[in-house]
Amino acid sequence: MSTTMTAHTSPTIQAFSEGRKPLAEMRDISIAFGGIKAVDHASLELYEGEVVALLGHNGAGKSTLIKILSGAYQRDNGEIFINGEKATIDNPRDAKRYGIETIYQTLALADNVDAAANLFLGRELRTKWGTLDDVAMEAATREVMGRLNPNFRRFKEPVKKLSGGQRQSVAIARAIHFNANILIMDEPTAALGPQETQQVADLTLELKKQGIGIFLISHDIHDVFDLADRVAVMKNGRIVGTARVGDVTKDEVLGMIILGKCPPGAIPGPGALAS
Amino acid sequence: MASGTDKSAEPAMVQESAFQRFLRATELDTRLLGMVGALVLIWIGFHLAGIWRTGNGIFLSPRNLWILLVQTSSIAVMTTGMVMIIVMRHIDLSVGSLLGVIAVIMGYAQVYVLGPWLGVGHPAIWILTVLIGLGAGALLGAFHGYLIAYAGIPSFIVTLGGLIVWRGAAWAVIRGETVAPMDERFELLGGGPFYASIGATASWVLGVIICVVIVLAIRSGRQSRQKFNFPLRPIWAENFLGVVGCLLTLGTVWLVNSYYFPPKLANDYAEANNIPIPEGGLMIPHGFAIPVLIAAAAGIIMTFVAVRTRFGRYIYAIGGNPEAAELAGINTKRITLLMFSIMGVLAAVSACISSARLNAASNALGQFDELYVIAATVIGGTSLAGGVGTIYGAILGALVMQSLQSGMTLLNFDSAYKDMAVGSVLVFAVWLDQLYRRRTN
Ligand SMILES: Nc1ncnc2c1ncn2[C@@H]1O[C@H](COP(=O)(O)OP(=O)(O)O)[C@@H](O)[C@H]1O
Ligand SMILES: [Mg+2]
Repeated sequence: MSTTMTAHTSPTIQAFSEGRKPLAEMRDISIAFGGIKAVDHASLELYEGEVVALLGHNGAGKSTLIKILSGAYQRDNGEIFINGEKATIDNPRDAKRYGIETIYQTLALADNVDAAANLFLGRELRTKWGTLDDVAMEAATREVMGRLNPNFRRFKEPVKKLSGGQRQSVAIARAIHFNANILIMDEPTAALGPQETQQVADLTLELKKQGIGIFLISHDIHDVFDLADRVAVMKNGRIVGTARVGDVTKDEVLGMIILGKCPPGAIPGPGALAS
Repeated sequence: MASGTDKSAEPAMVQESAFQRFLRATELDTRLLGMVGALVLIWIGFHLAGIWRTGNGIFLSPRNLWILLVQTSSIAVMTTGMVMIIVMRHIDLSVGSLLGVIAVIMGYAQVYVLGPWLGVGHPAIWILTVLIGLGAGALLGAFHGYLIAYAGIPSFIVTLGGLIVWRGAAWAVIRGETVAPMDERFELLGGGPFYASIGATASWVLGVIICVVIVLAIRSGRQSRQKFNFPLRPIWAENFLGVVGCLLTLGTVWLVNSYYFPPKLANDYAEANNIPIPEGGLMIPHGFAIPVLIAAAAGIIMTFVAVRTRFGRYIYAIGGNPEAAELAGINTKRITLLMFSIMGVLAAVSACISSARLNAASNALGQFDELYVIAATVIGGTSLAGGVGTIYGAILGALVMQSLQSGMTLLNFDSAYKDMAVGSVLVFAVWLDQLYRRRTN
């Protein structure tokens, strides 16, 4: 019933996209861990130059859903389309080949090696003899880190010795250095102070301008509401609904997060409270 | 060039002592310095104890140190692989038994197959034997790696099984016999007979080549950092490292060249080669023993693999955070399989050294070696928690262990007391290391 109402009162996703193909589309994705349905028939799409905020309580299934897109988990059910074509993403290498880069909530850094080794992990630059080109990698790292964190100097130290913010910037540097089409940021500002958080926000807008599609995951609506074009809310592994930011208020989104109640401005998903 | 000095001033630390400044400029690892210091203390201690007990110290004689190096070779070769296995958060308990079974296979091959087939003394025998050994090592190691990586059985269990199985297999191949003697050329791999060393001239040439490589490496490292305008080490630090590296190399050459053939052997050698014997006897220096060169080569190659190749980088990354390595798209299973296969090859190299040195292959060869290899690796600073460890550290660890054993042998300790001392040193060294790490972190 709320579906029909929504169709009348708010521009639907089709209207937003104006017939464009989504960069990425996840259709009917499910995964269970030993009986727990971590993600339950979730569908979500992302367009060029769009920031989609994926919101929900801790344990709602946000990280799990995007880990399926980034190849870290294998889904039990559902399909993924990249640029309209069905994609095979069985491992992180596959995802990177499709231009999907991810900043994981845990950062996924190898603590015992330095920033450059982490930035290029799995994609090392090599000399003409096939050996590691550490100097070139350090140069590139200095360049990217110079943009993200100009005061950073500790290029020779294992990242375990860096501060939380510095580690976070290494993880961000790794995701943006390889010309991603689709960027997934899972709680990227969790370890950052206000100034660094603002830097990440600026960076997000800059990347968006370049046409990159961004999934921005957060459990806190205030972090992302101003950055996002759309919000998608998850609860208990299910999508409560998606909405353009202009069509819903912060309070309504909070209602989606806390109660699973889908407001009129949003398109309800399978997790919406039946009303 | 002078501008390099200013650029090295990265974060300005307050109140650095001269020693700290020295360490930062040379980028020397304090753990390394500590180990070298400990080794020197052990050597001097045994030398003094020898003087005190018998009136003359023999520990620091060229002969004893030359033998010490030869005796360390077999264990040292295996530590170069064990470091990377442990860095990757695995363990290999099977290396001693692998060594045993491979030695027996090689002994069987040269005595019962290649000898009769090609004729005893045929020059191809040793090459084929070594290839068979290395191939067997690669296969057995890969088999362990497969069970660990793809079947998901913990490495502790797979290699504990291997420890038992391959020791049994070594017995089964030759029904408990001892196979001897080895092919003449094969025997040289163990440094056994006195001519199994390369002599004075070749040793000097090798020493000079290594010095040139050291200098070139320091220069090219500096130049590539200059090209990118990176901070450089101060020039005095570069010079210091170069000079110390060259002095150590040439000092080692001098040492191995100061150990001469015993008079009787020198005379035999002179007669066999039609060299006139001068008055006062013929002084023929040994130079580097072949097994020592093999161990040095293993150390250099494995260090290269560890720090200059993707494979080595992945080993460390897996040890630091296996999940992160996986998420970075690294095929961790393949790396694991490959690493265990390399460990098998290294065990085969040690099997060559050990059986050649003994001039026989028996199913007891390499017994307890896994314990010495792991102990040397851990004494050398490799953390059992994974992610941390260096190959030069492990080789130094092997040298420390062998020094303790040899030193106590010279002082006529019973082997039971030797074992007790070596075991205690292992625990003590790890305790010291943990204190050190707690202080520096
Ligand atoms: N690897 C895993 N094994 C078992 N359960 C998991 C695993 N990953 C996530 N889960 C479970 O799935 C649910 C969703 O977790 P997650 O996606 O991390 O939530 P969010 O990122 O929204 O906080 C939780 O109940 C969590 O315990
Ligand atoms: Mg999460």
